[in-house]
Amino acid sequence: MSTTDPHAIATQLRQGAPGANASSEHAARAAQRVSAHAAQARLADVSYAPVDSPLGNLLVAATKRGLVQVAFPEQQVDTVLDELAARISPRIIESPASLDPIRRELDEYFAGTRRNFDLALDWALIGPFAKRVLHATHDIPYGHTLSYAEVATHAGSPRGSRAAGNALGSNPLPIVIPCHRVLRSGGALGGYAGGLDKKRWLLGLEGALAPHP
Amino acid sequence: MSDTLPPFQRFLDTHRDEVWRFLVSSVGPTDADDCFQETFISALRAYPRLRPDSNLRAWALTIAHRKALDSHRAKARRAVPVDDVDGLDRHDGLGEPDGSGGNGEHPAVTRDERLWAAVHELPARQRSAVVLRFVGDLPHSDIASAIGCSEEAARRSLHEGLTKLRKAIPA
Repeated sequence: MSTTDPHAIATQLRQGAPGANASSEHAARAAQRVSAHAAQARLADVSYAPVDSPLGNLLVAATKRGLVQVAFPEQQVDTVLDELAARISPRIIESPASLDPIRRELDEYFAGTRRNFDLALDWALIGPFAKRVLHATHDIPYGHTLSYAEVATHAGSPRGSRAAGNALGSNPLPIVIPCHRVLRSGGALGGYAGGLDKKRWLLGLEGALAPHP
Repeated sequence: MSDTLPPFQRFLDTHRDEVWRFLVSSVGPTDADDCFQETFISALRAYPRLRPDSNLRAWALTIAHRKALDSHRAKARRAVPVDDVDGLDRHDGLGEPDGSGGNGEHPAVTRDERLWAAVHELPARQRSAVVLRFVGDLPHSDIASAIGCSEEAARRSLHEGLTKLRKAIPA
């Protein structure tokens, strides 16, 4: 070949410069540095990380104000993140390091060595009525339980036990806001967004599991 | 879901490979990492202001293109002779094709290096047009808005760049 094929250069250009292609790993590492830097410089509005637990792989997310969501493995990660993007900010990055304090407290809780969480909470995903219900729930001590009706009363809506149940069912901060400590009058478990087996497990951990009526 | 932007992490994970590829081709592997960091940090800062129906891929490459321009300008200001072959040094491990380009023929590698050295020596607009078109795989309209010129001017820059490359790299 002595003349330049007009397509040869285009084809060669499409392949990228040497080093451009065998580089997915480099790109992945560079992307991790972006996330780490963004977290350190507090450029993201929401950081999230997976947290391994006896209840499976939890997803925890925090804003600058505090912990904003704990999601069970049954909730699709993409769905959880899409909702955070829509409701808080799309400036969301994965940043395990910035969630270390949260991971530590959860680890201690699951190991039975922590009874109260000292984490700052961000209530941004919680509406006004749910806030009253979840505040009342937040006050239930470790190892104790209340009925839905009692929680509704504490929340200032003595006849709102069904609404209280809904608010508890959409608790974005399960475990930390202990909605597992709310049972039916009479002691039946009632419901739990993460599944009743998880509710039973958490109550068992706290020694609050009443003999099943 | 086009009424909200995807979480930034997903945007980053989706486009990191092509932005990396684009930057290695634009500025070489040595400067690619700095440009990559600056590209996505700039993107993160601007992200909430972006319209949800934007073409995110073209947006990412447009920012990367600007960072590549800055890098070229900074290099020119430092008045260090452009030594792209140094940037392609095999010691950094980036130059090792993972079997795909393994013809094992040194002349082939050299031709590739010569081509990309010639790309880096093109005038900025032509270089941008060539790399955005062939490595970034962007249509002329997106190249035009990345460079900030008319589509007609983008086509012309692309054509002029290719002509120069063909002269510089005879088969």
